[in-house]
Amino acid sequence: MPSIHMTPAAPAEFVAVCDVEELPIGLGRAFQVGPAAIAIFRTRRDHVFAIDNRCPHKGGPMAEGMLAGDQAVCPLHSFRFESASGRCDQEGMCPIAVYPLEIRDGQVFVNPTPLNERR
Amino acid sequence: MDDVNRQKLVILGNGMAGARVAEEILKRDPAGALFDITVIGAEPHGNYNRILLSNILNGSQTEEEITMNPIGWYAANGIQLLIGTPAIGINLAKRRVMLLDGRQIPYDKLIVATGSRPFVPPIPGIDLYGVYTFRTLEDCKSIARFARQSGVAAVIGGGLLGLEAAKGLLTHGPAVHVVEMAPHLMAVQVDSAGGTILGRTVAGLGVTAHCNKATVEILSDEGSRVRGLKFKDGSELACDMVVISAGIRPNAELAKEAGLVVERAIVVDDHLKTSDPRVYAVGECAQHAGKVYGLVAPIWDQCAALADHITGVKVAGAYSGSLIATKLKVMGVNVGSMGERDAQPMDEVVRYEEAERGIYKKLIIRDGRLAGAILVGDTEAYDELLGKLRSGAALPARRAELLFGAAPAADFSLAGLPDDKQVCDCNGVCKGKIVEAIQAGKTTVHSVGKATRAGTGCGSCRKMIAGLIEAVAGELKADPAEAYYVPAIPMDKPALAAEVKKRGLRAVSAVMEALATREDEKSKMGLAILLRSIWGREYIDERDCRFVNDRLHGNIQKDGTFSVIPRIYGGVTTADELMKIATVARKYNVPTVKLTGGQRIDLLGIKKEDLPAVWSDLGMTCGYAYTKAFRTCKTCVGSDWCRFGTNDSTALGIAIEKKFQGLETPAKVKMAVSGCPRNCAEATTKDVGIIATEGGEWELFVGGACGVSVRKGDVLCRVKSQDEAIRMVARFMQYYQEHARYLERTYDFVPRIGLERLRAILIEDAEGLCAGLDERVHASLEAAVDPWVEDTRAGAKYPGQFEGLRRVALPVLA
Ligand code: SRM
Ligand SMILES: Cc1cc2nc3c(=O)[nH]c(=O)nc-3n(C[C@H](O)[C@H](O)[C@H](O)COP(=O)(O)OP(=O)(O)OC[C@H]3O[C@@H](n4cnc5c(N)ncnc54)[C@H](O)[C@@H]3O)c2cc1C
Ligand code: SF4
Ligand code: FES
Repeated sequence: MPSIHMTPAAPAEFVAVCDVEELPIGLGRAFQVGPAAIAIFRTRRDHVFAIDNRCPHKGGPMAEGMLAGDQAVCPLHSFRFESASGRCDQEGMCPIAVYPLEIRDGQVFVNPTPLNERR
Repeated sequence: MDDVNRQKLVILGNGMAGARVAEEILKRDPAGALFDITVIGAEPHGNYNRILLSNILNGSQTEEEITMNPIGWYAANGIQLLIGTPAIGINLAKRRVMLLDGRQIPYDKLIVATGSRPFVPPIPGIDLYGVYTFRTLEDCKSIARFARQSGVAAVIGGGLLGLEAAKGLLTHGPAVHVVEMAPHLMAVQVDSAGGTILGRTVAGLGVTAHCNKATVEILSDEGSRVRGLKFKDGSELACDMVVISAGIRPNAELAKEAGLVVERAIVVDDHLKTSDPRVYAVGECAQHAGKVYGLVAPIWDQCAALADHITGVKVAGAYSGSLIATKLKVMGVNVGSMGERDAQPMDEVVRYEEAERGIYKKLIIRDGRLAGAILVGDTEAYDELLGKLRSGAALPARRAELLFGAAPAADFSLAGLPDDKQVCDCNGVCKGKIVEAIQAGKTTVHSVGKATRAGTGCGSCRKMIAGLIEAVAGELKADPAEAYYVPAIPMDKPALAAEVKKRGLRAVSAVMEALATREDEKSKMGLAILLRSIWGREYIDERDCRFVNDRLHGNIQKDGTFSVIPRIYGGVTTADELMKIATVARKYNVPTVKLTGGQRIDLLGIKKEDLPAVWSDLGMTCGYAYTKAFRTCKTCVGSDWCRFGTNDSTALGIAIEKKFQGLETPAKVKMAVSGCPRNCAEATTKDVGIIATEGGEWELFVGGACGVSVRKGDVLCRVKSQDEAIRMVARFMQYYQEHARYLERTYDFVPRIGLERLRAILIEDAEGLCAGLDERVHASLEAAVDPWVEDTRAGAKYPGQFEGLRRVALPVLA
């Protein structure tokens, strides 16, 4: 679990991570935000979202994956995860952690406590 | 439902016959008014298609794909399913079936469908670790698991199943031997000449057959592991695993102990009724008119007749026995056999043999009528012949017409077939049913299969289904998705290319925007290759349509690091080059340095951040070992050193690798050049292979493979010089480039186009394409750039390309 230092009841604050322009178009980048390794993606339609950088399947580095619409595709075995819910397209696979993300003045902020505590 | 009027029907055995008979009964009684059905099965599954088990063994299909009635199907149809516990007794007087777990299941009517089990010869060593039979899903899984670590596997029994097992084993790596007691393979279906031809084809696939060998013992090492086979003639064969496929025995013991009449199997009448009027038997455990059937087609007939009788709803009529006729695909070879196998002294025999292509056909004609036929390698004439055998019609005076089928005109003869003509023998689907489905709008082979099951068994009738679609619907919508170049855009390659050119779409995102029906990453990757080949330098290269390997020009490993494989042309290196590699390996603490199967050196475990530095320190060309492109050209030492070498294979290999480096292709392309037919560079199993022949010529093979599939390449042509060889390879590559689907390896492409057609196009220039092909391949090769150079010269191509995890500190919390 990435959020060992924080209790979900008291979410950590948003942390400035990078400029939007530092994110490659249509791809992702990996950040270590405190205890959490987070992959931030920027779609061609400029939707920016943040999920765990570790694939729940076998730990694939999500930030190296491709995008299929708003889904991130793990580079190791191509499992897909939805940006909003973290849901996986493979039956029986748990969702990936999704982190709250905001853009203020062209800067990307994430909150390193995941929205959806993994079940 | 009024339970009082419903009879308890128990079906004992949940295999092909058991589930089928339940379906046939439901068809006649859809509301379930007549029976309260319980199915008992020893196997812990729903019902799967046993005849597709070899696909499980070779990994080409999944358990799910071969399942016909999943567990949920039973409940959904009001059937109680008791699986995982075998029955251990039948009490005819009390009308009960006893289960191993103590339960007793009462019945008013009982259908025994227990099938058969493999016959295991009573020889010493049968219980050793590594000895398997081949009958159930579990068997296949165990065999596959064991085979992966086996070096040499032996199959006892060279019949249909034994050969299927052998083929499945090959895919897992071991060398495979088939041991047959009879003088030739598949003795039940074909005669000795047919068996010999089949043997040759099988040998070509890499299986060694030993006929006339009776196994008397399975030998073990000191422990309990298999070490070999011992034969009656005293000889031995070393192996570490054994699959027994020596015939089957009906599961008729329960019936016999219960007191039913059992001979070779459970004796039944024309309604499939046993000697007890409440009990029926069907499938491989049943014996009708002295015959026990071991194929599904007759079993389907039996199930229909049984359902007719038990429900009183006549659809099929009584069972009068089945003609034993089979059309099978064994190890990729079509085999058909019907009626009698061996001729009587007075019979007329018509025989045609073409050993080179593995074709053998024989007809046995008695009093001017067909009495039997064997077809190996080409079964086009099967249906025609079966019709003649069934009807007993007089035969044409020109017997050759029978051997080769009537002239092509396939579709109108198809349209003329009677509706009750069975098209799919595996699932017993007749023409009428298929036509109905087509008229209801199913115009792809796939959708017809979904609606009727036709074509979902061995697949040998798919061509006929396609023909029917053409005849009925006017045109065959070849499974549209199958023809699409990429999944997200419903167009085949030529149409897509034309559209792209017409609209001037130079970037993948533009094509997706304009033409795609959905977003998917595979499509982006495929489009990138297509666009680059269309636009060359004008192509707008968007990096987000590349898979990580193509963004970082190395292969991603399971820990997120990358492998770096530089080109070592033709597998020939120098001390200086090796020192360069060694220096890099030291400098970057490369954890693993490995010789690859492609005759070069792999540096594994390189961090993303280090890639550009590693590339420039190496100063070598990118080996493209990670992508859909021309990979390597392996060579052997050839005439420079080897005492058998007839030509300079190394020089040609190096020249080829220099020429084609950097060429992206629909799927990866591997080449090799051997200096003589001993073929140490394994050229016959490469996408493009070249072998030097005595007399200074080169023989070109295309479409070979030895990965997931093993296929021997086809001989495209012979040429006299290295230059000519390179020119032909280039032409072939460009044609492949322009006509193959994304991810279609040459081992699928070459058979799809057909060798004859390829020769006509590429050698005889029958379509006038050669000049254009030669020109375009040249242009693509000119445009190729080394990605290692391209992406280090001007720095990263996009933010973060060569950066690892970026650390962001958390603000200090108050
Ligand atoms: C490195 C190497 C194994 C080795 O240590 O020797 C290798 C490694 C991989 N092979 Fe291979 N193959 C290697 C030679 C082969 C060969 C032998 C040959 O080329 O002569 C074959 C059989 C020949 C053939 O392709 O017909 C081979 C048949 C495959 C296949 C099956 C392809 C098929 O359609 O049959 C795959 C899977 C695929 O492509 O989808 C595969 C896929 C892979 C991948 C790329 C799997 C992956 O996606 O991660 C492996 C990458 C490991 C890595 O990161 O380096 N590899 N692979 C070999 C590299 C050769 C080179 O120098 O370029
Ligand atoms: C690998 C393989 C490939 C084949 N390929 C072809 C082919 O290409 N074409 C063709 O026509 N035929 C083929 N066959 C033959 C075909 O599969 C059989 O003819 C068919 O399965 C027989 O059906 P069945 O229902 O009689 O027996 P099965 O399908 O064997 O079903 C019998 C079921 O009864 C169960 N059973 C037995 N005893 C008990 C008990 N006491 N209690 C509870 N359950 C019990 C068994 O577990 C089994 O599930 C192939 C067979 C195999 C093994
Ligand atoms: S290198 Fe090839 S054979 Fe070995 S594990 Fe990887 S893909 Fe499989
Ligand atoms: S590790 Fe992500 S799909 Fe397997």
